Amino acid sequence: MLKVMAAAVAAFGVLAGSAVADTYPSRPITLVVPFSAGGPTDTVSRLVAEAMGKDLGQQIVIENVGGAGGTLGAGRVAKSDPDGYTLLLHHIGMATSVPLYRKLPYDTLNAFEYVGLVTEVPMTIVGRGSLEPTDLKSLIDYVKTNKDTVTYANAGVGSASHLCGLLFMSRLETPLTTVPYKGAGPAMTDLVGGQVDFICDQTTNTTSQIRAGKIKAYAATVKERLASLPDIPTAAEAGLPDFNLTVWHGMYAPKGTSPEIVAKLTAALQKALKDPNVVKRFADLGTTPSTEAEATPDALKAKLVSEIERWTPVIKAAGVYAD
Amino acid sequence: MDIVTELFSNLSLGFGTAALPVNIGFCFLGVLLGTLIGVLPGIGPTATIAMLLPITFNFEPATSLIMLAGIYYGAQYGGSTTAILINLPGESSSAVTAIDGYQMARQGRAGPALATAALGSFFAGSVATILIALFAPPLTEIALKFGPAEYFSLMMLGLVASVALASGSVLKALGMVVIGLLLGLVGSDVNTGAQRFTMGFLELADGLNFVALAVGVFGIAEILRNLENESDREVMVKKVTNLWPSKEDFKAMIAPTLRGTALGSVLGILPGGGAVLSSFAAYTVEKRISKTPERFGKGAIEGVAAPESANNAGAQTSFIPMLTLGIPANPVMALMIGAMIIQGIQPGPNVATEKPELFWGLIASMWIGNLMLVLLNLPLIGLWVRLLTVPYTMLFPAIVAFCCIGVYSVNSNAFDLYAVAAFGLLGYVLVKLDCEPAPLLLGFVLGPMLEENLRRAMTISRGDPTVFVTRPLSATLLLIAVAVLVITFLPAVRAKRDEVFQEEA
Repeated sequence: MLKVMAAAVAAFGVLAGSAVADTYPSRPITLVVPFSAGGPTDTVSRLVAEAMGKDLGQQIVIENVGGAGGTLGAGRVAKSDPDGYTLLLHHIGMATSVPLYRKLPYDTLNAFEYVGLVTEVPMTIVGRGSLEPTDLKSLIDYVKTNKDTVTYANAGVGSASHLCGLLFMSRLETPLTTVPYKGAGPAMTDLVGGQVDFICDQTTNTTSQIRAGKIKAYAATVKERLASLPDIPTAAEAGLPDFNLTVWHGMYAPKGTSPEIVAKLTAALQKALKDPNVVKRFADLGTTPSTEAEATPDALKAKLVSEIERWTPVIKAAGVYAD
Repeated sequence: MDIVTELFSNLSLGFGTAALPVNIGFCFLGVLLGTLIGVLPGIGPTATIAMLLPITFNFEPATSLIMLAGIYYGAQYGGSTTAILINLPGESSSAVTAIDGYQMARQGRAGPALATAALGSFFAGSVATILIALFAPPLTEIALKFGPAEYFSLMMLGLVASVALASGSVLKALGMVVIGLLLGLVGSDVNTGAQRFTMGFLELADGLNFVALAVGVFGIAEILRNLENESDREVMVKKVTNLWPSKEDFKAMIAPTLRGTALGSVLGILPGGGAVLSSFAAYTVEKRISKTPERFGKGAIEGVAAPESANNAGAQTSFIPMLTLGIPANPVMALMIGAMIIQGIQPGPNVATEKPELFWGLIASMWIGNLMLVLLNLPLIGLWVRLLTVPYTMLFPAIVAFCCIGVYSVNSNAFDLYAVAAFGLLGYVLVKLDCEPAPLLLGFVLGPMLEENLRRAMTISRGDPTVFVTRPLSATLLLIAVAVLVITFLPAVRAKRDEVFQEEA
């Protein structure tokens, strides 16, 4: 009897679900971006949202819910109705907030459904224009010999540049003086002005300054050379193997969103990532859209799990917390 | 000669772009929107530009940037309107305008105050535009010389000078600065990420919201004060004397406008905090050099002309680091950079050479936009002044509603609304204690930057405090700060100040 009832309930659920999914989306969708407007994540989100909206036949409206390293926005989505009308686009911070925050307002691995990976933005190790070393090997030697005077800038606790710095120092086994800034913009200003020595940051922030010759580029933290900056060697080529680091972005929905709706979103995301306009604009940002195989729920989940495992020991060893 | 010919060819290229009918149209739309959101308390240009960003996807890059820029400097014009009429600054830069502008309005001189603000802004905007066209690249190089040590010294100077903002007791003004500094401490420590005074609220991790604080201590507090006693409520319309500044007014505003423009242009270039400081600094300078400093805080026209010119000049020159380096001086500039990226333009040092029609078109459009703004705002003065005749049973709830919408729109966060309520109460208490909120606001804005740059400078110098006096720029700024301190407390000056107060008493 129970089995029958359960089956009936399940069947009803599937029916109701598919009925909803058939008409989904029937009104505009909100995509929460947990950072302020105008930043790299916001830009990526707006480009993808516009293309996905065209495919789904409904506008996707960006809502910037900034603050606390993206955890406020993620928390908002975690508590939203799982009806497919509130989505989240978050970056690597989704994984690093697990060790960085002792009191996260949501359970990262159990509060979301996964739509897919969106893009992996490469990072570059760059130094002020007047820094002596000309390649990564000599930079490493220089950093080791001058470890008491060299300064490494970052864009604040938990930022991509902070994480890259932690990884760099742990690989070199050389602790350095870190100069934190409120955001990538001010950090880049001081690097261009020669106030600090070097930083490792996303291509979105560094490409134009590298091209203009205002700063020195030492390496890109990816496996293959960047199409947008082909002269810069990969970290492995430059003598730092396995130093791969990207600011990956993924799209999420609240836990309990029906699989049909998630499937629709994944399909729309995959289509959007092939849109020529999106591909071109991403290239301008120095990045490429995720492939169809990466823009899937499974790939995003695997990425999130592996990145939590990767960063937790590094961050714990550094003893930093963001709360 | 070459420079001049080059400038003319560049400017003609720019005006060629800016004068296209579509660009003129969107420039007008931008400044109109900017004026409107500037007038609506709490809704700032950052939120508006963020909301309009997606619409600009389908425009030409130049058109989109021209409109977004128009919103930004249009808001500088509009922002002074509420500051003057109802003591409600929407942005830090118009907080200073409220001090004397609102007093002018209470004396029935809202018209001249608004006209002064519009004319001063237009003049400053025009000068700053020429400055950008002529000197953008060399000015950027100077701005880059400002490291953490220089910023610290500049903020010190700003704080020392801020006491001059007070029209009453120096002690109370100092107290307000300190409370402002303390409020500025709330949030995550930049160096360690440790939470300070957040009391477990993640919403406070990025600090208190400036708009919530300003709207609360200025606007809500003023409304509360007006609600106190029905017979005391101010009906300003009775006393509106004239809409246009008199000959004496014009004479009195010329020099402050020039000084304000110069100060604003210089400080606006500095990324981070420069533009904020400019209106405070301009006001302080005017009060210092005035023969009758006691009129300040009681409706001095110089106290409107100087900061309004300064903030508009600063708003304009804050485009310089963005245009020449691709570095944002404030959140609005960050959005402009976002707009460029979405348009497929990589902001940075190469924009001027790779996209000259965009670069010069934007600059030329700034002047056109400023002209539109002054033509738009002067006839509107009569309308704004009539707004004051709206019965307060309607006006006050409307103001509160707009404030709440504006504050909520910044971060889509209800927590900020509770903050408005709390600061409204605080502001009311301060009014009752005769404490002025302007120094508090300055402390709040400068405090975090002061701390951040102090610690950054000390980190880079590895704990050596002499860095502040061995770097020439920093040492000069500190010297000026000391000089200001000495002048403030020199016996002769103090005697004069006391005398002034006795006269009042």
